[in-house]
Amino acid sequence: MDNTITYREAVREAIRKAMSEDERVFLMGEDVGNYGGSYAVSRGLLDEFGRERIIDTPLSESAFTGAGIGAAMNGMRPIVEIMTVNFSLLALDQIINNAGSLLHMSGGQFNVPLVIRMATGVGNQLGAQHSHSLEGWLSYIVGVKVLTPATVQDAYDMIGLALSDPDPVLVFENSLLYNSKGSLDTKSTPIPIGKALVHRPGKDITILTYGINLFKALEAAETLAKDGIDAEVIDLRSLRPLDDETIMKSVAKTHRVVIVDDGWKSGSISAEIMARINEQAFYELDAPMARVCTLEVPLPYAKHLEDAAIVQVDKIIEMAKKVMVQS
Amino acid sequence: MELDLTKAKEFYSKMLLIRRFEERCVEFYSKQKIRGFLHLYIGEEAIAVGIMSALTPEDAVLATYREHGQALAKGVSANSIMAELFGKQEGTSRGRGGSMHLFDANTRFYGGTAIVAGGLPLAVGMALADKMMKRNRVTVCMFGDGAVAEGEFHESLNLAALWNLPVLFVCENNRYAMGTALNLTESETDIYKKAASYKINSKQVDGMSVIEVAKAASRAVEDIKDGKGPVFLECLTYRFRAHSMFDAELYREKVEVEEWKEKGPLVVFQKRLEEMGLWSEMDVKELEDEIKNTMDEAVEFAENGTLEPIEDLEKFVYSEVSNG
Repeated sequence: MDNTITYREAVREAIRKAMSEDERVFLMGEDVGNYGGSYAVSRGLLDEFGRERIIDTPLSESAFTGAGIGAAMNGMRPIVEIMTVNFSLLALDQIINNAGSLLHMSGGQFNVPLVIRMATGVGNQLGAQHSHSLEGWLSYIVGVKVLTPATVQDAYDMIGLALSDPDPVLVFENSLLYNSKGSLDTKSTPIPIGKALVHRPGKDITILTYGINLFKALEAAETLAKDGIDAEVIDLRSLRPLDDETIMKSVAKTHRVVIVDDGWKSGSISAEIMARINEQAFYELDAPMARVCTLEVPLPYAKHLEDAAIVQVDKIIEMAKKVMVQS
Repeated sequence: MELDLTKAKEFYSKMLLIRRFEERCVEFYSKQKIRGFLHLYIGEEAIAVGIMSALTPEDAVLATYREHGQALAKGVSANSIMAELFGKQEGTSRGRGGSMHLFDANTRFYGGTAIVAGGLPLAVGMALADKMMKRNRVTVCMFGDGAVAEGEFHESLNLAALWNLPVLFVCENNRYAMGTALNLTESETDIYKKAASYKINSKQVDGMSVIEVAKAASRAVEDIKDGKGPVFLECLTYRFRAHSMFDAELYREKVEVEEWKEKGPLVVFQKRLEEMGLWSEMDVKELEDEIKNTMDEAVEFAENGTLEPIEDLEKFVYSEVSNG
């Protein structure tokens, strides 16, 4: 049986499964119903589950995200879709001051079992207000969990994991991955939240990444292998909590690190990871840690400028070689 | 709503309880037993008591940072509120919330939120959940006139009306958003008109009259439970004290405050009861004594409360039963 499906279909199947199994699960967001989802993730779900559970919202990110929190506090398992991560900034008050804080400031009385899905990613010439990766930045928030599925399997598994978690979980789906294909095993046990995955074992250098850059890193690793450099590629999967154990184990093995991150350098998740390695595994390092990030500009429209601003396979290769030479 | 001696006693004693509780707060704030921001409700008691009189224990309440009165009126114990203010683990939020973040699952009191208008979307979601699960309950959302300037106010009202949700919005219009008068911040100062523009059944009420508030609230709750959708009540009121204990109150004249004190909820209610011939039958001394005892007990409970161990500081950031 051919079980190869797209990332988009994997997310949709996970939502469909959750909604079929639990009447408390519903989907709410802009264009999720009649339009079928701005990235066509929810296409067909309105016909299947009806208007009461596939809810089109007005352009009111703060209110419908807050409504998701309220519904979660009152016994439901809402999935809120925010069209792109850029729009999540309008809902930051609700995400930080309510979703992330309620359990603690209520002395443990009110947890928020809410899932917020957002499309993220740089590229496609969308310009400075529709083309950013802010998930590293959102992973700064305590009280929420941050997942970044890269593979079809994780796109499916992480929706289920997020829904069964008692706390608010932000799931970042890279919009450039929606058409990517992969095989899906719906019967396998999902790798838990907070666990990174070694995608390609290697002994010379560790490349830490997540989301779409996993594939760029794997491609870079193949080229590096031809030059005799054996790179270990790790998919972080979860930015909060970060899997320190897997990271440090790999550093202890390869002694060299490159972090690949779609965020801007300053204050990014790559900066956090560097700090942690410095705190926990400094003496394992044979060379200064390095990183490949998005240049510190609002994303430009013109293709050549955009390409120059974002992570590319050759930049990863170049950086890895530089680290190898330094050690 | 029939006002007999029992009801009169209940209303008066609840308003008095809130008043005396807050006077104790002032006392212990100056003794530095209570710290942080402290926003007092003195002058606005009729609203909390009037609104809560229309609710059953199954109905939920979300409030702002000026919520001691709402919490007491909803039935949260004075002991646990005082303990919270003293930062003790016997408090409503184990000392993690303080004055601005009272929470009590037992009485369905959902805060205590200190971001103006931040509770409105939550109330919409709570009501949405009740509607989806076909539970005949009301969610009450209390907020001040300052919240009206926030986008979340408008977004939430639109959603509540659009989805015909069982939510009661209660705007406590005390005429000042912190230190700025309403007419300096709003082009339309009749707030109920804004709600009406979202096709919400909305009304302006004398927030100094517990009877008027209670009447309006019980009618509203009845309509909401009949499936008629959200109701909006704008309760006109005034706070007699400063915005918070840090407020030097430079923005209004003392004479204005004094004028309003003569229209205060306890004074007004007493006059009304005198007219009805019920006041003479009330044993106010007995009520005062009873409340004094309650307050003494609350203070003692708070004083004797224990501090959360530092080892537990990082608890409740995430739920303990987690698959993460």
